[in-house]
Amino acid sequence: MRVLLSWLRDFAPIEGDPEQVGDQLSDLGLAVEEVSMLGEGLDGIVVARVLGLRPHPDADRIQLVDVDAGDGEALQVCCGAFNMSVGDLVPLAPLGTVMPGGMEIARRKMRGEWSNGMLCASTEIGLGDDDDGIMLLDTEASPGAALTEALDLRSDVLYDLEVNPNRPDAMSVVGVARDLAARQGLPFAIPEPDVPESGDAAAGRVSVEILDPGLCGRFGLRILDGVSVGTSPRWLANRLNALGQRPINSVVDVSNYVMLELGQPNHTYDLARVAGGAFRIRRAADGEVIETLDGVERTLTAADGVIADGDDVAIGIAGIMGGANTEIDDGTTSVALEMAWWDPMTIATSARRLGLRSEASARFERGCDPGVVELAMRRFAELLAPAGATLAPDLVDARGNLPARETIRVRTDRVNAILGTDLGRDRIADVLQSIEFGAEPAGDDLDVDIPSFRPDSSTEIDVIEEVARVHGYSRIERTVPRSTLTGHLTPYQVDRRTVRSTMAGLGLDEVMPVPFLAPGDLEAAGLTSDGITVTNPLVAEESVMRASLRPGILKTLAYNASHRLTGLGIFEVGHVYRQPASEQPLPDEREYLAVALAGHGAGDAVAVWSALADALAARDYSLVAEAVPGLHPSRTARINVAGTPVGHVGEVDPGVLEAYGVAERVAWLEVDLDRLFDLPHGDRPYAGFSRYPSSDIDLAFEVDEGTPADAVGRCIRESAGELLVDLSLFDVYRGEAVGEGRRSLAFALRLQATDRTLTDVEVAELRQRCIEAVQGSLPATLRG
Amino acid sequence: MDLDLDAHLIDAAAAVADASDLDALAAVDAELLGRKSLLATVRSQLGDMEPDQRKETGRRVHEVRTEIERLVADRRVEVAAGARSVVLEAERLDLTEFDRGRRPGHRHVVTQTWERLEDLFVGMGYTVAEGPEIEDEWHNFGALNFPSDHPARDMYDTLYVDYGEPQSTLLRTHTSPVQIRVMEEQEPPIYSIMPGRVFRSDTADATHMPVFHQIEGLVVDRGITFGDLAGTLDAFTTAYFGSEFTSRLRPSYFPFTEPSAEFDIRRPDGSWLELAGCGMVHPQVLSACGLDPEEWSGFAFGFGLDRLALMRHGIDDLRELFRNDHRFLGQF
Repeated sequence: MRVLLSWLRDFAPIEGDPEQVGDQLSDLGLAVEEVSMLGEGLDGIVVARVLGLRPHPDADRIQLVDVDAGDGEALQVCCGAFNMSVGDLVPLAPLGTVMPGGMEIARRKMRGEWSNGMLCASTEIGLGDDDDGIMLLDTEASPGAALTEALDLRSDVLYDLEVNPNRPDAMSVVGVARDLAARQGLPFAIPEPDVPESGDAAAGRVSVEILDPGLCGRFGLRILDGVSVGTSPRWLANRLNALGQRPINSVVDVSNYVMLELGQPNHTYDLARVAGGAFRIRRAADGEVIETLDGVERTLTAADGVIADGDDVAIGIAGIMGGANTEIDDGTTSVALEMAWWDPMTIATSARRLGLRSEASARFERGCDPGVVELAMRRFAELLAPAGATLAPDLVDARGNLPARETIRVRTDRVNAILGTDLGRDRIADVLQSIEFGAEPAGDDLDVDIPSFRPDSSTEIDVIEEVARVHGYSRIERTVPRSTLTGHLTPYQVDRRTVRSTMAGLGLDEVMPVPFLAPGDLEAAGLTSDGITVTNPLVAEESVMRASLRPGILKTLAYNASHRLTGLGIFEVGHVYRQPASEQPLPDEREYLAVALAGHGAGDAVAVWSALADALAARDYSLVAEAVPGLHPSRTARINVAGTPVGHVGEVDPGVLEAYGVAERVAWLEVDLDRLFDLPHGDRPYAGFSRYPSSDIDLAFEVDEGTPADAVGRCIRESAGELLVDLSLFDVYRGEAVGEGRRSLAFALRLQATDRTLTDVEVAELRQRCIEAVQGSLPATLRG
Repeated sequence: MDLDLDAHLIDAAAAVADASDLDALAAVDAELLGRKSLLATVRSQLGDMEPDQRKETGRRVHEVRTEIERLVADRRVEVAAGARSVVLEAERLDLTEFDRGRRPGHRHVVTQTWERLEDLFVGMGYTVAEGPEIEDEWHNFGALNFPSDHPARDMYDTLYVDYGEPQSTLLRTHTSPVQIRVMEEQEPPIYSIMPGRVFRSDTADATHMPVFHQIEGLVVDRGITFGDLAGTLDAFTTAYFGSEFTSRLRPSYFPFTEPSAEFDIRRPDGSWLELAGCGMVHPQVLSACGLDPEEWSGFAFGFGLDRLALMRHGIDDLRELFRNDHRFLGQF
């Protein structure tokens, strides 16, 4: 909402410099997005008449314009716009003028031709938003006249305010003025329109019938006779221009002016074209068609409201746009002026469905003031009176359902308990009365009546907010509540931090791809295609929610590779979303860790897992070879922790890599963190260690490729028992000495007792036991 | 004899000094002090001497022997040090050759900001709550005092998912549904923050992403006031940005808080920056969560987390956070 300081001052003697007023508006919740000083810096600019237009001999984009700047002589100016014709009046900034932006106009040559000044577009002199070319002046003034006088421009301040959706009253000049006057402690009043009534009373000429009281809370009609469509007075057109409404003609301009000033949208019908002078307010029939003022045929539904005439033909869409069939034109003499209160929900739905959101619909859907109708009607007539329009007696008025307004008890203690203030009952009453809320003492408390222009306010807490707002948020003393709790992270959150810091410690960078995928991304990664889909995606490429972190990470690798960034080690911690196994209110959503090591093999992914298991003290895990779709069929293992699967480690399937355009081998780890953190881990109990000497022995076994090293290790561990304090696989040998399809696994064992030094005999026995156990239970032979 | 011993000592000193390594010195040592040395020979002859001469010669032999032993010991230290310095010199390295190695990984700049904020509020006595990113309509809107079809829902460009009834399930548009879940699951007092990922139907540009992150705070206790909200956000401002930053609250509108406010911070250059929405938890919201608004009151606030990350590092394009270019990731 834009407001002019001069317009605000029509209703209250607003004080203060423009900046202070702006700060007060922001502090009232009417955030100032921009302040513009109008009519400043226009002092040197004069009216000039175009005498001739000539092409520039050496440039296509500029032309030479001869103008009369008041002395009757032709003055040559170079100009980049082509929208003017000979005889037009245009604004000229003569040599030496300092423009509003600070630029000084100097005589200069443009491609060899002198330019003796500058012709101005409306945007260059702060007189409009029209950037299409040089401003063409509609004025009686002669060349040489000062522009400010020719256009009756006065210096003014324009505020562009951000109005919150709960404040329809502030979508009007009077609403803003009321708040500001309250803040400044100044009287506020809307002047009574001074308009005589004459002619035939409206009551016998028009009728209103509200067939759907839920649709229309109030429908008022007055008749204006002797209307002729002309142009608006300069002052009115200037104000509309400043507020971003382009002046059109006298009737439309007054309509807009009243809406901007009082917040009441309105519509005018050519009364002669309304069959029977009857206005019937009803829901549209499904499929009912109306041609609206913009010449478009629109098909309605029962969710829309219409105004129909005596023949039950729709002559307007309720609160949205009038019909072409009753449009005012040059032949119009009598006008029916409608001011209504429409059900906000209906208007919101209609406007959205029809794609017709306007200044009027924006006000109706937030809730207009049903109480301003009489005043606004007379204001309309007053403004149109100079053009000869007369106001017929009688307001023809029908009522539907309006929101009930009840008196609200506002407790003084409650106000102070919510705000942390120490305001007395009377101070609260003063604050409320300053914005026209009724406030009557009721013991220590107040009975508050909400004015009709504040539909947002209907409960005690709403009123408390008003007290805070007008009293001033900045005047409320700041305190910090002392939490009675101990702040902490949950064990899950601590574990997740461990995951991230461990990954970073291993040299991996955390990535954060968007969780949207394109159709087919999951399948291309070897995953099932039943991802949760977005109903209204922005683009098809972002229409599937990820069921795995894999596609996003592979895309990240491909993106980086396209910038010659290869060999990346990256990880992500993020949510994945899946169809649940059984019906539940929300999808199965869980948090995963994924790790990709480009240019590395499965072994390096296993090393990452074992570092993570160590960091989390996940004691009991095993890796079990498993073919998983999307992962390398012979280089992938399932990770079990305490016997429960938590993820997979290995490599990405080369076919998947090809599909994603990743040329490197990619080692892969994915872990379901929700599941992992639920399994036994963390806080490893202290394990004592022996003070006695240890003995080291090595054992190498030849096994086939199908026998996991882990199986051999487990067998050794089991048979050696407690005396085995450390076991490591220190060498894997494949070659002629062991033959095709076989390998030698060399383990180092450290043996130690807690209560004695082991004898050579004990060590030899234990060695023999391990050998027999391995050879007995696995297809393995001791390597000599 | 005296002359012989003096000359011997001079010869011996020269021999010791000539020994250039430990082996040579050991040979010299054996020759000068061993059983076949001159000193040993003289010493073996002492018994044949007159008592006076024996005493004098014995003393002299002892002196010479002691002196040679000292020379050998000193020389041994010298030779050993020399030998060690040769070995060490041979191991000389140009350390600048090695200044290229072990690059640590980097947590994402959003994660770093997230955890920094968590730490700050944990220090103020808050816990950290999380919730699902795919939410139901009730938690995202209904419980937060957005009546169905209320125009206020238009403030949020909601992305819905095909799950359950049409428009029943959505990508949460804010982290506020976690507030509801906390109040449903936990008795007051509540001092919690809710960081998380949120979604809007926004086309990506330098300041918008369809995916971004928020952090909200919720306090519900007895006697919580609007002044507490203002004071808490002011304390946050000082702690996070520094004491040269100040803050203000401006009236605003959110369906789930009343009074509602925008939280602005004032930068040292005097300019204001809108940072967060906040307000007193609406009584309807407390009631929807089974709390009596006459007994409990509370405040809530919410920030854009990504913007704090951008501000801290002077990043000018929100999209960089999600593009995952390695040249970006490694900077923080």
